[in-house]
Amino acid sequence: MEAVAENKLGAVVMIWVTFIIGMVLAVVPLPDFIPGELGYLRPDWVAMVLVYWIIALPHRVGILSAWVAGIVVDVLLGSLLGQHALAYVVIAYVAMNLYQRMRMFSVWQQALIVFAMLGLNQLINSWIDNIAGVSDWSLWYLLPALSGAFLWPWAFLILRGLRRRMGIS
Amino acid sequence: MLGLGLFSALLMFVDHATGWLDESRSTITTAISPVVVIADLPNRSARGITELLSSRESLRRKISSLENELILLRVKTEQMAALTGENNRLRDLLGSAAKLQDNVLVAELIGVNPNPQKQEVIVDKGRRHGVFVGQPVLDALGLLGQVVGVSQFNSRVLLISDQAHSVPVQVLRSNLRLIAQGTGIDQQLELLHVNSTADIEVGDQLLSSGLGNRFPVGYPVGIVDQITYEPGKPFAVVKAIPSARLDRSRHVLLVFSESRASPIVDDVDPETANLSSRSGTGDGSSG
Repeated sequence: MEAVAENKLGAVVMIWVTFIIGMVLAVVPLPDFIPGELGYLRPDWVAMVLVYWIIALPHRVGILSAWVAGIVVDVLLGSLLGQHALAYVVIAYVAMNLYQRMRMFSVWQQALIVFAMLGLNQLINSWIDNIAGVSDWSLWYLLPALSGAFLWPWAFLILRGLRRRMGIS
Repeated sequence: MLGLGLFSALLMFVDHATGWLDESRSTITTAISPVVVIADLPNRSARGITELLSSRESLRRKISSLENELILLRVKTEQMAALTGENNRLRDLLGSAAKLQDNVLVAELIGVNPNPQKQEVIVDKGRRHGVFVGQPVLDALGLLGQVVGVSQFNSRVLLISDQAHSVPVQVLRSNLRLIAQGTGIDQQLELLHVNSTADIEVGDQLLSSGLGNRFPVGYPVGIVDQITYEPGKPFAVVKAIPSARLDRSRHVLLVFSESRASPIVDDVDPETANLSSRSGTGDGSSG
């Protein structure tokens, strides 16, 4: 596999594979025996993958990738076209400005910043939902950011392991 | 960054205000339909494993009970045919148009909207099968919702319990016409603008009234569950429980009413694809 990821094309393909895994996790239906309310805890996996790649490879994944991923997520979730795209572009911008600092942090310190980013993401989405009249604002909107930040260290370690094993650069 | 941000804002505005982007949305949906299919895999394989592990004995019992049910339904269908004929003769006498049977297409649920605030599901039939936006969707027990987006292979169904959804209904007992709006909660509808003096009782059956030409007439929508009269307010607060199992149905029926196009059926004989005979075979195709 390493030979595949040596070149630029291989790296880009592997990065988008992780994005697609994030999208699958974003829409996978909960089994019937789990109460539907737990859906409020589902973190925004695509945003987490995005933040990881921007920290790790800012020359490969940037604002344009964030926008494309956002449009795909919009279509998947049936939200307004451009809603997640806008939110992802904003957190990508923040992450692009912070990546050098974040590389120095321990994973739990990173998780704190990721919490802020995911919170911003949720906030933008709920604002747009509110303006479009889709749903009402409630503090529950911040739960996915909380669960996302809590799961960040594991997501980070898995993605870093993948990046090193595949030699993506 | 600013450019893309502004472009996104523009896209959202256009998407919200007009339907110009529906075509591109459905193209992208078609392109990424593998994601939805993969996401459904765990549930699908879990069902497969349950079927593998279920014993011969229980399967046999299931088959015999299904056969019994089929016979009962067949008898009912025959009665229905006679009744429909009689009904149409009577309508003929009254000089009104004959009522045709609605054609239906059976679809399977392959996904739900992960946002708990949105009551939306994805089904595995799309434009290729003749599904169109605004098409009414039923399950075996009642009205489920309507199609709000189609792509080549699947379509998105807004349930009647979504906050943004309303159905025109009629009380079976008193013929009172009302609007049933979703509340965003799974098993609850709210009836809007019910006069405090209106003839409505707990336990009343609500049928779709067919006003607005979106939903066909006479399908069960819900049952009135609770009525609260607030002194000093002109309207009573009336809640209803949907008849359809909104959170449990795996098989749904897409309805092609008389005035609309009929389904593009590839494996089903269109002659037999009317509601009464297809609803029986729908459960059988789950394996």
